[in-house]
Amino acid sequence: MTSSKPLEGLLVLEFCQFLAGPSAGLRLADLGARVIKIERPNHGEAGRQIAIKNLRVDGSSLVFHTLNRNKESYAANLKDAEDLQKVKELIAKADVMTHNFRPGVMEKIGLDYPTVKAINPQIVYATVTGYGAEGPWSAKPGQDLLVQCMSGLAHLTGDKNDGPTPFGLAVADIITGSHMTQGILAALLRSAKTQKGALVEVSLLESMLDFQFEVITTYLNDGNKLPQRAEKGSGHAYLSAPYGVYATKDGHISLAMGGFTKLIEVLNSDRLRGYSEEETFTKRDEIMKVLHELLAQKTTQEWLALFEPQGIWCSAVFDYEQLMQHEAYKVLKMDQKLPLDTGEFIHTTRCPIRLNDERIFASKPAPRVGQDTDAITQEFNL
Amino acid sequence: MQLHKSLTYKDKNMLPLKDILVVDLSQFLSAPSATLRLADLGARVIKVERPETGDICRQLYVSNVMLNGESSVFRAINRNKESFQADLKSLDDKEKVLKLIAKADVLVHNFRPGVIERLGLDYETIKRTNPSIIYGDISGYGSEGPWSAKPGQDLLLQSLSGATWLSGNADKGPVPMGIAIVDILAGAHLAQGIIASLIKRFKTKQGSKVSVSMLESILDFQFETITTFYHDGGEPTVRTASNNAHAYLGAPYGVYETKNGHLALAMGAIPVLGELLSCSSLKNYPESDTWFTQRDEIKNILANHLLTATTEHWLSILEPADIWCADVLNWDTLFNHEGFKALNMIQNVTMGDGFEYKTTRCPIKIDGEYLTSPLGSPAIGEHTQKILNELNTLDHEGKIENCCS
Repeated sequence: MTSSKPLEGLLVLEFCQFLAGPSAGLRLADLGARVIKIERPNHGEAGRQIAIKNLRVDGSSLVFHTLNRNKESYAANLKDAEDLQKVKELIAKADVMTHNFRPGVMEKIGLDYPTVKAINPQIVYATVTGYGAEGPWSAKPGQDLLVQCMSGLAHLTGDKNDGPTPFGLAVADIITGSHMTQGILAALLRSAKTQKGALVEVSLLESMLDFQFEVITTYLNDGNKLPQRAEKGSGHAYLSAPYGVYATKDGHISLAMGGFTKLIEVLNSDRLRGYSEEETFTKRDEIMKVLHELLAQKTTQEWLALFEPQGIWCSAVFDYEQLMQHEAYKVLKMDQKLPLDTGEFIHTTRCPIRLNDERIFASKPAPRVGQDTDAITQEFNL
Repeated sequence: MQLHKSLTYKDKNMLPLKDILVVDLSQFLSAPSATLRLADLGARVIKVERPETGDICRQLYVSNVMLNGESSVFRAINRNKESFQADLKSLDDKEKVLKLIAKADVLVHNFRPGVIERLGLDYETIKRTNPSIIYGDISGYGSEGPWSAKPGQDLLLQSLSGATWLSGNADKGPVPMGIAIVDILAGAHLAQGIIASLIKRFKTKQGSKVSVSMLESILDFQFETITTFYHDGGEPTVRTASNNAHAYLGAPYGVYETKNGHLALAMGAIPVLGELLSCSSLKNYPESDTWFTQRDEIKNILANHLLTATTEHWLSILEPADIWCADVLNWDTLFNHEGFKALNMIQNVTMGDGFEYKTTRCPIKIDGEYLTSPLGSPAIGEHTQKILNELNTLDHEGKIENCCS
């Protein structure tokens, strides 16, 4: 970027592991903050070992590289008094620190908020837990799939006769990380204005409930009706036909909300004419059944050519290969290649936010454990 | 159901976005979810709505539920905001809106590319009268490229971005995620960009334009799997034959049916699970790489075995052994659980006409306190006159309430 990044000059110490917390650190780093991971010597954070598809690069999982680009690493054993003292000296200079230890762990180490606040009253101290610091679940492992299943989310995806169907990505981690980022940024603004620090707390469960705020608000006010998914091709348990996915002659097509009248016209179907706009929710399964039959008769492209000019909200259904071959993907310049010391590259996505019409790219890949310990020791006189 | 009464932030002056005025021209969910977050963090948010229909979301009903005459979804997204009625195509109304924007710290819109220029409210124009404004916009697919004029709608974005091949089992077609994930993420990213730019403005006095597209946001969401796709030679996404919960993770990761319900099982060494669950076939997989390469058969063994006893039975064995697992709850069972009640997640809000409804609160806690607000969603134009009065009285001072930074 030619203009300066908004968080330049801010120092973040990341004690977080796995996904939720490090995804917040990643966003702060992309927005210009200097993020130093505090990692235990040798093994580093546990996320380095969690691989998907068994993929590893330069000793750490590819997932770790994805989440920790643009960060530095300082190795410290927090159970060692000398190391802890050095970390406290770093804390004195930091603007933000984040951790995701289970409730009680930082108290034992001696880096709980009251202690840290005494060292640095202006610091923004942010924590992510599974289920909050109180209550019967506070000691339960805060893990994405578990929280999806405990928060009711698993009843919203898939069709009527499917079992509970989780989102196939770590949605609880990512959404919680985004809330953590928002809280940290807001507290940083207050800290800049008032010189007062803050304690920012998020939990996977609260974030997953917020994520469902529209449908939970509906449930709270409709006499507590539980969600009913459509019989086939369900796109959203609470939305009317045609909302969903349909097989075509050669693939699939998605139809979003509205446009039912237009759809009847284009399809010229007497069976559909029998349904009123008001029945698109109450008779959703019947209507979708007719649509499944009709839409199977032509190719996706043929349908799109008929529907799009009529203003019907629809699209093809792509996999990654089809997406990436499309001009609409290429024009985004969404990817970046970050060179490792080994000569390999980490090919990954970039920050999704553009500032002053410029894309934000990272300056470096994820660090090795303790890669920056010496430089940081020198710089901060530890 | 027992509900805790609304809590309010102890000292409103310590809300982090106090004194930030947001003028919100947006509709539906993406950008309005961002301004809801800004409002809960302490900003004053004024929705500018066209006469009669207002934000189209007011009529976007889900499961035919109406709450005080309008959509329950609108009520959830737009609490804690004010409404200023204006027809942006009328010169007179537009002048009033421009006056309001001149005092604003943040402007937000989600018109399709080109529309805001025609309305004369594009960044270049606004910047001339308010150079330090933070100008946030959300588009569907960015302003360039062949999709820029396509409707930026959640299901379409999920479908085009590869996201529908991640959930459900291998024999299913595409399975959309059943919440407007793209809208929510784009809104979250917009809020991040806006607050970061406010920090920069405080230090440098410079304004910024913050742009987010739903497509870039849903690609960022898939950064792990897309990075994997870049590195595995572009292999297609393959969901597991049964019990899929993540196409790229090995067994046991999934949700399993039990004798009386379901069990979510996130991690655990397969032979250890075999030992704990008394399922000897699982001991045939000592190598951890096979938990991925042979995940379908392992999941099949697990699925058959877990059917033989109740969820509670399995939990009583697995939880003490520190295996990551959980019961699968619905909102009825969740909301009656002490673990949920301890969160005080539900608040009551009240509209201008006295209508009261229940909704969730902001998920972020600051200084140990919940960020709640008793204000319900506004009627169209409910605050027009009040805001005009403020603009008139303060015309000479150049400030309106909650707007002084």
